[in-house]
Amino acid sequence: MKNDIILSGVGGQGILSIAATIGLAAVANNLFLKQSEVHGMSQRGGDVQSHLRLSDKPVASDLIPHGKADLIISVEPMESLRYLPWLSDKGWLVTNSNPFINIPDYPSLDEILKEIKKIKNHIIIDADGIAKEAGSARSGNIVILGAASPYIDMPFESLEDAIKKLFGKKGDHVVETNLKALRAGKEFSVT
Amino acid sequence: MKRVLLLGDEAIAQAALDAGLSGMYAYPGTPSTEIMEFVQSSKDASDRNVHREWSSNEKTAMESALGMSYAGKRAMVAMKHVGLNVAADGFINSAITGVNGGLIIISADDPSMHSSQNEQDSRFYGKFASVPCFEPSNQQEAYDMVFEAFEVSEKYKLPVLFRITTRLAHSRASINLRETIPQKKLSLPVDPLQFVLLPAIARIKYKSLLSAYESLRYESRISKYNNFKDGRRRDLGIIACGIAYNYFLENVGESVNDFPVLKISAYPFPKELIKDLTGRCNEILILEEGAPVLEEAIRGILDDGIKIYGRLDGTVPRDGELNPAIVAKAIGLPLSYGQDVPSLVKMRPPSFCNGCGHADMFKSLNESIKPYGTGHVFSDIGCYTLAALPPYNAINSCVDMGASVTMAIGASDAGLFPSVAVIGDSTFTHSGMTGLLDAVVKNSSVTIIISDNSTTGMTGGQKSHATGRIEQICEGIGVNREHLRIIVPLRKNHAENVRIMKEEFEYKGVSVVIASRECIQTATKRKRSEN
Repeated sequence: MKNDIILSGVGGQGILSIAATIGLAAVANNLFLKQSEVHGMSQRGGDVQSHLRLSDKPVASDLIPHGKADLIISVEPMESLRYLPWLSDKGWLVTNSNPFINIPDYPSLDEILKEIKKIKNHIIIDADGIAKEAGSARSGNIVILGAASPYIDMPFESLEDAIKKLFGKKGDHVVETNLKALRAGKEFSVT
Repeated sequence: MKRVLLLGDEAIAQAALDAGLSGMYAYPGTPSTEIMEFVQSSKDASDRNVHREWSSNEKTAMESALGMSYAGKRAMVAMKHVGLNVAADGFINSAITGVNGGLIIISADDPSMHSSQNEQDSRFYGKFASVPCFEPSNQQEAYDMVFEAFEVSEKYKLPVLFRITTRLAHSRASINLRETIPQKKLSLPVDPLQFVLLPAIARIKYKSLLSAYESLRYESRISKYNNFKDGRRRDLGIIACGIAYNYFLENVGESVNDFPVLKISAYPFPKELIKDLTGRCNEILILEEGAPVLEEAIRGILDDGIKIYGRLDGTVPRDGELNPAIVAKAIGLPLSYGQDVPSLVKMRPPSFCNGCGHADMFKSLNESIKPYGTGHVFSDIGCYTLAALPPYNAINSCVDMGASVTMAIGASDAGLFPSVAVIGDSTFTHSGMTGLLDAVVKNSSVTIIISDNSTTGMTGGQKSHATGRIEQICEGIGVNREHLRIIVPLRKNHAENVRIMKEEFEYKGVSVVIASRECIQTATKRKRSEN
């Protein structure tokens, strides 16, 4: 088993929570794991990405080689396209449909979505809208994780357990809304 | 055995705690910051009463760690690579004094300059100081090596340099933890003159440092972190240093036994192991994350020995960090590639946060400096360096910590008027204060704007030594009270702030404008924790 996942978005959008959730689940499943993060300067409203590698064998490189990613999970649509050199031809791209516009020359959303739809395996999800319905506008990132979960080779329950562990300190309400968000995302993908 | 998921930085911090650390010293700097942050938030550190406060800069951190070592206890100091330049005086001389308690200096290099001004390779400093240098290839090795580094440090009574790079520092992996070693007791050096580098003593100590180098070479030869593994091929042998070894393994996969490979993670260079490899192969490829330190040594000036591929002949790019693709190409393996990035994808450079006080300060600065034209503003290292980018285009320099103040002095000496420095609060107490003293003593015609967000912002909001003290410091250094102005960079104060800045630009002497407003990120965090 091998899952090479690229997480992408804009600094502050919560890709590290997605990474932490998958990471906890991977440890619980006794998988080998490497997860490379971006800290420092690029956090300030710049593009950020994380390379997350899960395997039943030891993982050598902290970085995913080009053309080998099985999955891109993106919290922002334009950012999902930035990592296409890494996506394998059988890989999936799962992205939020809601743009984060903090640059003056942000392209037209229609054009971006057109490009995403050219990718053979793609899922575009209104994560912000679904998160709001789930009762927490801030759980958009977890909705996207839910939407990507069918393409991660771990039992869905282990992601749920990881959410419970990760958000446990913040109280039952936060855990519940995030679980709702995760399930709603999965629902969107599988139906 | 206990297993935990840790960043490379965190693995080093946990290892130090498990190896009986008594004092952790650091100044924040990407990619090293998380080492101290982990120690500060660690329950183990708090239970064991490990010293864990930030220092004003890397030099004070280095020297405090040396003091902890003098007192017989294990100490660690962590910094980014350019921080080692700041700490270099103490670092180089600590090799001559030697240590008492084990001392590890972590230098986190940033090849490709993700968050830095250069990509210097700290291994040069290891050779420069004639001390052992470790370069882990992965997070588990980083954890384990800390134990050995303390042992080597105490065995040879030398500080040990521990070089990591961004990808190792900021990548998480699952780590097997060892049993905890108790802290050492206070015990002073046997020789009361060990740390007294008077020339007569230093000469003797330097000779013994030089003679120890051969023993260090022997340590490198037998180190479990340097391994030579023969392979089937004779046409090409590989030397992979530190994290480069991972990219090698990633690429060769199942055919790992094809290549004779020497992994190097402990320095000085293991000469005999290198000869083992070069004696078996017609050609060799050297993979190093950072500068061609080993490659230059093996080639020498004449470069008339075995055929060598590496960074110096263009097989590997001369600059920038390695990645799986670069290494695949260098070994001659096929490259994989997804699809090109569609042309509509735009750059998204980092920018000021919404509600950032620096942004309002720069708006006022830009308006007040406008009549004088461009080229008057020296700046420094921190979030505010982003003002070099549009729409601000507000600053003309960013060189090293504190250089805004001193460059403004030099340019003013040359006749530039007005000559303005913009420096953050934490950078000011790191290296700006001595420059300000120069300005006061010479009565330079400079305006120094201290953009005070009451935190070390760029690295994620660590405590700033300047908080609540800047005014007193400036007064103490001798800035005239009438030209020590305090402003609050808010949009509603814009006109007033422009007026104050203009007044101070016109003053022919030292003036300091403190623009104080808490960082929006730390303010949000603080409010959240208060609720």
